[in-house]
This record gives sequence, structure tokens and C-alpha cells, in this order.
Amino acid sequence: MKAIFRREFVSYFTTPIGYIFLAIFFALAGIDYSVTSIAKGSSGSSGGAQGYGTAELTQFFLWLLIIIVILIPILTMRTLSEDKRQKTDQILLTSPVNLSGIVAGKFFASFLVYMMGLAITLVFSVVVSAFSKPDWLTVFGNIVGLLLLGAACISIGIFASSLTENQVVSAVISLASIGLMSLLSVISSFIPIEIIQTILNKLCFLERYIGFTYGQFDLSSALYFISVAVAFMFFTVRVLEKRRWA
Amino acid sequence: MIEVKNLSKHFGDKKAVDGISFTAEDGEILGFLGPNGAGKSTTMNILTGYISSTDGVALIDGIDILENPIKAKQKIGYLPEQPPLYMDMTVKEYLSFVYDLKKCKLPRNTHLKDICNLVKIENVYNRVIKNLSKGYKQRVGLAQALVGNPNVLILDEPTVGLDPNQIIEIRTLIKRLGKNHTVILSSHILSEVQAVCDKIVVINQGKIVADDTEENLSKNLVNNNKISVKIDGPFDEVEKVISSIVGVKVVSMTSKDTDEFCEFSIESEEGVDIRRELFKRISERSWYIMELKTSDMSLEDIFLRLTVGESIPAVQRNGGNE
Repeated sequence: MKAIFRREFVSYFTTPIGYIFLAIFFALAGIDYSVTSIAKGSSGSSGGAQGYGTAELTQFFLWLLIIIVILIPILTMRTLSEDKRQKTDQILLTSPVNLSGIVAGKFFASFLVYMMGLAITLVFSVVVSAFSKPDWLTVFGNIVGLLLLGAACISIGIFASSLTENQVVSAVISLASIGLMSLLSVISSFIPIEIIQTILNKLCFLERYIGFTYGQFDLSSALYFISVAVAFMFFTVRVLEKRRWA
Repeated sequence: MIEVKNLSKHFGDKKAVDGISFTAEDGEILGFLGPNGAGKSTTMNILTGYISSTDGVALIDGIDILENPIKAKQKIGYLPEQPPLYMDMTVKEYLSFVYDLKKCKLPRNTHLKDICNLVKIENVYNRVIKNLSKGYKQRVGLAQALVGNPNVLILDEPTVGLDPNQIIEIRTLIKRLGKNHTVILSSHILSEVQAVCDKIVVINQGKIVADDTEENLSKNLVNNNKISVKIDGPFDEVEKVISSIVGVKVVSMTSKDTDEFCEFSIESEEGVDIRRELFKRISERSWYIMELKTSDMSLEDIFLRLTVGESIPAVQRNGGNE
């Protein structure tokens, strides 16, 4: 697993993918930060004096969700599909490593790059702290929330990548599924049956994540994201296994 | 040592491999011969645990690849048909990755250097794989299989894409490796198998059609009573003269190059050597024999006979290699 993790992580930076992911992530997060925090006073929807900006980062983290939903498919699209296409899966699958080790190695490599992206939010928070007092609990709560959300999304992305040899197809599948999971609560509002609404809301990434943006640490949401991550890693292992038995 | 018993692999209705059995002993090089699509790569993929078998057992040094895959895989070095190279890595990084992947215990630097010397890739050691030529890529693939010094080497068409010099080098290398490894090597190049292997398994449409040493294969299928002869003389008269020789069963003209030269294929009765008589008759009439050869069966003929079903007369040969 360690060998695969190291190779995958390095390959993010020997190919453009890692740089593209981080550059777009930093750019969008920067725009998000400027709009929701620095310029907040003038666009002013939820208070704050004209032109003074806000140290309130809840909005910033909420928008970050959308950025992550869009960017994670870029991060994970090649993880397994490229191996299949280039036939490098043959060396992985014929080495004395078990399948879960392979999947875990890929997962943690993507996760580490994702964490590098998230680190920028700390920078923003520090900048805010120079002018005002951000609520550090909210900031750290958010970062934990983002890590959990990211783990779930990366796991789904890797699963999508295991289904196809084509990176683009893989990216589209993961974008669609992560997007769907994040917007389940929107869909549920169109369904007039209460029980279905409740279930969909419980499964919705946005609903689960929104608590974290207010700085609430919700254990059940944390467990939910971890379960999704583990479940899709397990599905990925099953896909690889099934391919062997096909 | 590799033991394969009754191995089958079905893809839907298609039987890619259909109940094959063979054994490769320690220190033996087994050639796996067959036309494209015969099931060679499928068999190798099963042996290395890349895909599963539908039925049957594959044992690597007595370990079942399905029951104890991790332990069995530790004993195997595999070069697939398309070498599994990460194009964005340098040769050094790649081999180092494989070293870690296989959890190799040998001293890293000296071991990798030794392998590079062996397959002659020291001069590209620090280059990015995607910029290498096909021959070098193939050799990096072979190097990858040798990492960890596994007992069993499974090489799927190892000399594809190499130039003639490199082919000879790699064959010599494989022969050397074969002394203390079990090697299975697949090929559709007959001369290659003939040159390198101790034992040959011919496979066609998923079934083994022959499994023997090379000499035995030739012995069983050879027919010494066929000769072909090229004669400078009027072809219709020549044919009559040949037919009149005692012991000749069939004479057929295979080609007529120019006005003077004509070529015949002659089949005689078992145990009758008609060459002396033929020479006498031809020279008596002041014609000339330009060429006379017995058509002993090469692996090519054996191969065609086994896979197509019957002997094909006057097979055009083009030198053997690719």
C-alpha cells in the first residue's frame, strides 16, 4: 500500500493533474473568500457594516462545498481508469498486494492532495485573524467537516474511476453522483411524501455538511461521511474483484 | 515449478482456455506456442493471478494461485504482453516502485543495478519511460519481472519490438535465467521457441495440440520421404523422367521460375531414397540439378499441421523472425 500511495502522490505532480487541481482550487477558494468575506459588507446580505468585510466564514465554507463537488472528480478521475487503460493494473494485480491495499493507497494519495488544497482555508482564516477575530472553533469544525466530506467524495470518485477505462467518463460519473448526493435535499423538496423527504435529507451531503459550517460538530454526520467513504472503497474492491472473475 | 491441471477459462460462451494441463519443472524453459487468440495470454494471466480460472488448478511451487494468491505471487515475475509501465516515471523510479510493491528484501541499489546490467538498460536508468524506444520499454518490462529474483518467470512475447541484435541478447539472457528459474515464455515466433525452449506446448483454440520436447515433436511429425528439386531442363520431359523412377509416388510441379528452371516436389515410398537415381537420370540427359533438398519439417510445418489440421504443401517461408 505504501508503495502505491507514494507513487500515486508523486504522479499527481509529475503529471499536470495535481497542479491543475490545486491551482483551480486555490483560485476558486480565493474568489469565494473575496466575495463571501472581504467584500461581504458591500454586497451585504446578512449584516456587517458597508464596506468593512466580515470575519464570519460560514458562507465561505458553504460555497467551498460546491467547489469541492466540481473539483474532486478531476482529482480522482484517473486513479484506476488510467491503470486499466495503460494496462499498469497488471503489475498491481499480479504483485503480492491485496486489492484493499491498492484501493487504500490510491485513496490516501488523492486525500493528501485534497488536504494540500484545503490548507489554503487556514491561510484565509489567518488573514482574517489579522483584522478581526474569526471564530476558530468554526474554522476547525469546518476543516474537519471538509475533510470528512472530501473523504466521502474521493471514495465515490475512485469507485467511478474503477468502472471505466476512460478518464472523462469517470469524471462525468463522479461529478454526477457527487452532485446528486450533495443536492438530494433539493430533490426531496419536490417529493411530497414526508418519509422519503426525511430519508433523502438524511443522505444529503449538503444537509450533513451544513451543520459543520456553523461550527457544530455532529457525530452522526461524521460517521455518515466515514461510512460513505468506507462503503465506496469496499465497492471499488468488489469491482476489481469482479473484473478478475469475469 | 509450475503445474497446471485441467485449466479452463470461459468468457461468456467463448472457451478461451479449455481444459489444458502441463508442467514446467525447475530449471526448465517452457515455450508456449500458438497463433494469435489461441489462449496464451489468458493462460498466463491466470497463472499470475491477474484473472481467475473458471475451472482447474494452477500451482506455483505447489501453491495454488487462487487459494493463496499473495504467497504465490511472491514467487512470480511477470512480463505481460504490453509491459505495465508508468510512463511518467523514470526507469529508476519505476524499478524502485516495483521493488517496494513486491516488498523485496534484497539490498535495493545493488539489486536494481544488477538487473539493469542484466537487461542492459543502465544507460537509460535516469530517463523518463515515455521517451524510451519500444525496445527499451520492453527491456524495462523484463527488468520489472526480475525484481525480487522470483523463482518463476512468466514472459508473454518477451522479444516483441526488439531489433535482431537485442532479440539475440534477450534470448541468451532467458536461456541463462532458465538454468535456475522456471521460465514460461509465449511466442508465435517459432524459431524463437525452437532456439530457447527445452519443452514446447502448442496451443490452439484454447486446447493443447502438442506437448513435448522439440526433437520429439519433429520426430513424430516428420516425413523424410519428401524432397523438392529444382531442375534446368524441359519441364514436361523432366516430369516424365522423374515419374519413371522406381519408388516415386507423387510428382508435382510447384513452380516454374523461368523458361529453363522448374521446381518439383516429389513424394516417394517409405524408406526409399530416390536421390541417387534422380541425379543419374537427370545427368544422363544433360539437364542440371540446380537445387535438391529434403523437406524436413521445421517447427513452422509442425505448427501449421497441428493448428490447421493437415499438412500444407509448399509453405512460403520468410526467414522465421517476425
